[in-house]
Amino acid sequence: MLRKMKRFEYFEPSTLEEAFSLLNKYNGKVKILSGGTDLLVAMKERGLAPSYVMNVKCIPGLDYIKYEEKKDLRIGALTTIRTIETSNVIREKFSVLAQAASMLGSIQVRNRATIGGNLCNAAPSAETAPSLIGLKAKVKIASLEGERIVPLEKFFVGPGITVLKKGEILAEIIVPFPLPHTKGIYIKYGRRKAMEIAMVSVAVIATLSVEGEVWEDVNIILGAVAPTPLRARKAEEVLQSKRISEPLIEKVGQLAYEEACPISDMRASADYRKEMVKVLVKKAIREISGLKKS
Amino acid sequence: MIQKRIQLKVNGEEYKLEVKSNDTLLDVIRDRLSLTGTKRGCDTGDCGACTVLLEGKPVNSCLVLAIEADGKEVITIEGLTKEGKLDLVQEAFIEQGAIQCGFCTPGMVLSAKALLDENRNPTESEIKTAIAGNLCRCTGYVKIVKAISSAAEKMRKIRKS
Ligand SMILES: Cc1cc2nc3c(=O)[nH]c(=O)nc-3n(C[C@H](O)[C@H](O)[C@H](O)COP(=O)(O)OP(=O)(O)OC[C@H]3O[C@@H](n4cnc5c(N)ncnc54)[C@H](O)[C@@H]3O)c2cc1C
Ligand code: FES
Ligand code: FES
Repeated sequence: MLRKMKRFEYFEPSTLEEAFSLLNKYNGKVKILSGGTDLLVAMKERGLAPSYVMNVKCIPGLDYIKYEEKKDLRIGALTTIRTIETSNVIREKFSVLAQAASMLGSIQVRNRATIGGNLCNAAPSAETAPSLIGLKAKVKIASLEGERIVPLEKFFVGPGITVLKKGEILAEIIVPFPLPHTKGIYIKYGRRKAMEIAMVSVAVIATLSVEGEVWEDVNIILGAVAPTPLRARKAEEVLQSKRISEPLIEKVGQLAYEEACPISDMRASADYRKEMVKVLVKKAIREISGLKKS
Repeated sequence: MIQKRIQLKVNGEEYKLEVKSNDTLLDVIRDRLSLTGTKRGCDTGDCGACTVLLEGKPVNSCLVLAIEADGKEVITIEGLTKEGKLDLVQEAFIEQGAIQCGFCTPGMVLSAKALLDENRNPTESEIKTAIAGNLCRCTGYVKIVKAISSAAEKMRKIRKS
C-alpha cells in the first residue's frame, strides 16, 4: 500500500553548528531525521507534514561507543540500535542495555534506528529507556548556547514530549560505570516475540550488598504503563537493604501494580497491563536474585 | 532543497538521477529503476517485503529517503543472480519449497543472505531472529528456516572444499 509523504525541504548539515543554525532559523518547523523509523512512519501514517526535514546523519562524531573502565560508557546519539545490540563491551558490562536493544523491532529496523531517536521520540514504550534509567544514564544536550547534561529520568515529559527545547539536539548518552555486583534484567511483554511494541516492559537493576546478602540500590523501571517510563519508587524502597523472600517479592509486585497508571489501547486494557506489571516485576526480581518460583 | 541529483550504485551499476525529497529508496528502486523484485507491502517498516541491502546491511527501503541514500551502495534481489545463475540462498528456497506466492521471498532471501554473510553456522534461533522482520502469509516459516539452514550448510561445504 503506497503511503506517500508530503513534500518537504530537505537539509543535510555537515556540522553541528550548521544544524543549530538551521534549527534556529526554521524555529520549530524543522524535524530532525536520524534513522527515520519513527519520523517517516509518522509522516506516512499519521499525516505529520513538516515543512523542513534535517538529516543529521552526515554530521561526523555522533556515532560512537566509548568505554572507559571504572568510569563510564558514552554512546553517540546516532549510534544504531543494532550496533548497541552487538557491541561486545555493552554485552559484557551493560548487558541489560544490549538485551533491550535486541528486542527493538527487526534487524532491518535496528540497522537504521538510533538510540537518540528512540529516546527523543519519547514513546512510553521506548525500548532502551527503562534499562538506561535503571543504569542512571544521563544525556548530553547540545545547542548554540552550549551543552547541558540532564539525568535521563528527568528527560521525559509526556508521550512524545521531552525537555528538549527548540534548537537543541540530543548528542550523547552517558552511562556511569556500575558498582560491582550489579545485576540487571529487562523483560518485554507483547503478544508475540518479535516485532511488537511493548505492552508492558520492566527493567530491574540492583546492586548486591558487600556481604552479598541483600539488594541495595534497587531500580525498578516500568515501560508502557504511564505517560513516560516510570520508576516504581515505593516498590524500590521496600526492597532496599532487605533479605529477599517470597512474601517480600509479593509485596514489591503489589506496590508496582499500584504505582502503574497505564491507559487502555488497541494492544491491551489498563487492568491487564497492571496485572502484567505485577507478574513481570516479580519475575524480574526472582531472576536477578537467582530464585525460582516455588 | 526539495529535489536533488543523487548517485546510487545498485547491483554494481551506477545510476544518476533526480529525486524528490519525499521519494523513498523503495519508490526509486521500483518506479524509476524498474527493479520490481523489491516489493511494497505495508510501506511502514512492518512486513520486510521491501528489504534491500544498503551498504551490505538489510534495511526496509520504504523507510529510507532516496535523497539520504546518495552515494551509497544498494543490493536488491536482482543483484544476487550472477550471470544467470541463482545465488545459493535462492536455490535453497526453491529446493526446500520455501516459496508459495513469492511476495515475501525477495526480502526473505536478502535477510537470509545478510545473516549468512556474517554467520555461516547460524542456529535455528539466529535464523528466526534474522527473518523476524519479514512476514510470510503463506508458508508458515518452517520451510523458510529449513531453506536457510540448508543454504548455510552448502556454503560451509563450498568453503571447505
Ligand atoms: C516496524 C517497526 C518496529 C518498531 N519496534 C519498536 C520496538 O519494538 N521498540 C521501540 O522502542 N521502538 C520501536 N520502533 C520505533 C523506532 O524504530 C525506534 O523508536 C527508533 O529507535 C527510533 O530511532 P530513529 O533514529 O529511527 O528515530 P527518528 O525517526 O529519526 O526520530 C524520532 C524522533 O526523534 C527526533 N530525533 C531523532 N534524533 C534526535 C536527536 N539526536 N536529537 C533530537 N531529536 C532527535 C526526531 O525529530 C523524531 O521526532 C519500531 C519502528 C518500526 C518501523
Ligand atoms: S513495505 Fe517496507 S516493510 Fe513493508
Ligand atoms: S510465500 Fe506468500 S507471503 Fe511468503
